[in-house]
Amino acid sequence: MIDSQLLALLLTPLLGGVLLALLGSRAWAAELNSLMSFFTFIAAVVLTMRVIDAGPQIAFHEQFFIDPFNVFLVALTAFVAFTTSLFSRPYMRIEQHHGKLSTAMLHLYYSMYQLFTFTMLVALTTNNMGIIWVAMEAATLTTVLLVSLYRTPASLEAAWKYFILCGVGIALALFGTILMYFAAQHVLGEGGTALLWTHLNQVKGQLEPTVLKLAFVFLLVGYGTKIGLVPLHSWLPDAHAEGPTPVSAVLSGLLLNVALTAVMRSKVLVDGSLGTHFAGNLMMGFGLLSVAVASLSLSRQKDIKRMFAYSSIEHMGLITFAFGMGGPVATFAAMLHMTMHSLTKSAIFFAVGHAVQKSGTQVMENIRGMIQVSPTVGWGLMLGTLAILGMPPFGVFASEFLIITTAMHAYPWVTPILLISLGIAFAAIFGKIQPVVFGETTAKPLPHSPALIPVFIHLLLVLMLGLYMPPYLANWYHQAAALLG
Amino acid sequence: MQMLLTLQIVNLLASLLLLIVFAMLAQRRILSLINLFALQGAVLALSTFVVGYSTGQHHLYYSAGLTLLLKVMLLPWLLHRLIRQLDVKWDVETLLNIPVSMLIGIALVIFSFNLAAPISQLAHGLTRGLIGIALASVLLSLLMMLTRRKAVSQVVAFLSLENSLFFAAASATQGMPLVVEFGIALDVLVATFIFGIFFFQIRETFDSLDISHMEKLKDD
Repeated sequence: MIDSQLLALLLTPLLGGVLLALLGSRAWAAELNSLMSFFTFIAAVVLTMRVIDAGPQIAFHEQFFIDPFNVFLVALTAFVAFTTSLFSRPYMRIEQHHGKLSTAMLHLYYSMYQLFTFTMLVALTTNNMGIIWVAMEAATLTTVLLVSLYRTPASLEAAWKYFILCGVGIALALFGTILMYFAAQHVLGEGGTALLWTHLNQVKGQLEPTVLKLAFVFLLVGYGTKIGLVPLHSWLPDAHAEGPTPVSAVLSGLLLNVALTAVMRSKVLVDGSLGTHFAGNLMMGFGLLSVAVASLSLSRQKDIKRMFAYSSIEHMGLITFAFGMGGPVATFAAMLHMTMHSLTKSAIFFAVGHAVQKSGTQVMENIRGMIQVSPTVGWGLMLGTLAILGMPPFGVFASEFLIITTAMHAYPWVTPILLISLGIAFAAIFGKIQPVVFGETTAKPLPHSPALIPVFIHLLLVLMLGLYMPPYLANWYHQAAALLG
Repeated sequence: MQMLLTLQIVNLLASLLLLIVFAMLAQRRILSLINLFALQGAVLALSTFVVGYSTGQHHLYYSAGLTLLLKVMLLPWLLHRLIRQLDVKWDVETLLNIPVSMLIGIALVIFSFNLAAPISQLAHGLTRGLIGIALASVLLSLLMMLTRRKAVSQVVAFLSLENSLFFAAASATQGMPLVVEFGIALDVLVATFIFGIFFFQIRETFDSLDISHMEKLKDD
C-alpha cells in the first residue's frame, strides 16, 4: 500500500519529465507541466494523510523512509512546485513573446522542471545516505541548464559558477558520506544496510565519534554550499538573479530546504553518536554568520532578484541556526520558518517576475510605481515584502518570534546579533521596495492584468498560519520535532 | 604472504595515484592533462580490482569494470572529441608559478595525513594509510580547480576529484553499495555531457574558453 503510494509520488514527475522531453515543444506543454505537477501534489497529499494516520513508514526494502519530518517537506515541495508551474505558464509565454526564449528553450525548461521535482522528492524520501547524495547532485544537474536558459553572458557565468561550486561542494559531501559509511561498517557490517538512515539511527550510540566528527564537517560544508551558507554562498545570488524567475522561485523556496534536510539527517546521527552538541554548534555558527553577512549585504544590492536572493541566505541561516540549537521548540520553530519562507519567498519571486517583465529591467532604481502600473503586482510585492520581513500578522513573524525567544533562553548572547540583523534587513529591503511599489511613474497602466493567483494563495496561507494554526498541523510539527530531538 | 603482496600492490597503486594528481597539477597542455586523467582512471580501476580480489568483495569487480568503462574509455574519449571540435587540442595554459603550487600541494598532503591519522587506526590491515592518500588527492584536485583558468582543465580537475572519491570509497570501505555507485557514475556521466554543452555555449558567447572572462557578476 505505502509502496504504491510512494511509487505514485515519485513516478508522476519522472513520467512528466519523459513526456515533456518528448512533447515539450507542443503548444499545450505548459498545461501538461501544470497537470503533472498537480498529480504529483495529489500523490503527496495522499501520502501525507497516510503518514499522519499511521505514523512513520518504510518502503521498498527499507530504501525509502517517510516520517512526519520529511513528509511535511514532501507536501510543501509538491505544493510549491505545483503553484510555480501555474505561475510559469503565463510568465514563460510572455518571455517567449518578448523574444527572450525560443520554443526549444521552453521544451528544455518543462522537461527539466519535472525532473527537478523528481530529484527533490527522491532526496526527501530516501532512507539511503548515498542516494540522498545522488539525488542532490542530480538536482544540480537538472537546474544548471535552466539557470543559463537565456544564454546571456551573465547567465552563462552564473550557471558555470553554480555548477562548479555546487559540484565541488557536493563532492565534499560525498567524502563525508564515505566516512560515515566507514564508521557504520564497523557496527553494521558490510552490505547495504550500513548506509540506511533508520539503521544508523538505531546504532548511532556505537558509531566511532572521531570519524563521525570529520564526516559531519565534510557533510555540512558540502550540503551547506547548496543551502547557501556563508562563506559558501557566492553562487546563490548570481544563479537567482540570472535564471528565469520560476527557477529562482523553486531554487529559493525548495532546493535550499532539501539540502538543509540532508544536513539535519546527518546532524541527528552525529550528535547522537558524540553525545555532545558538536554538530549543533557548527550549524549555529554557520547560521549566525549567514544571517549577519546576508543582512549587511542587502543594502548594497541594486538588482531586485539579487536582493531577495540575499534575503534567502539570511532566512536559511536563521533556519540552520534554529535547527542547530535543537530541542523541541527550536526545531518546531525551524520547521515552521522553513514552511513560511518557502511560501513567502516563492510568492515574492512570482510578483517580482511580473514586475521585472513589465518594466523590462531588474535594476530597482528603474522600477517605479508598480501600484499604478498594475495594482495586483504592486500589492502582491508589498504584502510579500512585509510578510518576509516578519511583520505580524503574517506567519513569518510567529516563527521568527519563536526562534528569537528560544535563543534568548538558551543562548542570550546571540539575541542582539539576530535582532540587529533582522532590523538591518528590514530597513534595507523595505527602503528599496517602497519606492518600487509606490514611487512616481510615467508608465501607463497595462491593458491586461497578470495572473497572480499563486501569489495570493501563498500569502493567504502564510497569513492564516500566522493567525491560527490548525491543531492537527501543530501536532504534526510537534511529532516531527520530537523525531529530530 | 598473499595478503602482504596485495597490500603492497594496493599501496603502490595508491602512491601512483597521488603522483598522477601532482603531475596533473603541473601539466600545462590540455591534451596531456586528459591523458593523465585516463591513466588515473586506469590506476583506480586496477586498485579497485585488487582490493576486491584480496578482500573477496566481488561487487568491487563491477565497480572496477564501471570505472574502466567510464573513466578510462568513455569520458577521455568524450573529452578528446570535445577539444578536437573546440579546436583547443594544442592549447597551453599559463599556470601561475608551478613550484609554489607544488609546495602548497605538499603541505596539503601532510595536512590530510594528519587529519586521517586517527581514522586510519580504525581501518583494518589493507586500508591503513589509504584514507590519507585519498583525502590528499581530493584536496589536490580542489587546488587544481582553483588554479586553472580554462574551462576544460577545470572540468578535468572536477573529474579527478570524483576519481579520488571513488578511490576513497573503494579503499576505505570496500566500495559503496552498488546502487549508490551506479547513481554516482550516472551523475558524473550526465555532468560531463552538460559540461560539454557548456563549453560550446561559453565559446559561442565569449569567443574563448578562458573563464577569466566570466568574472563580471558582482554585488554592485
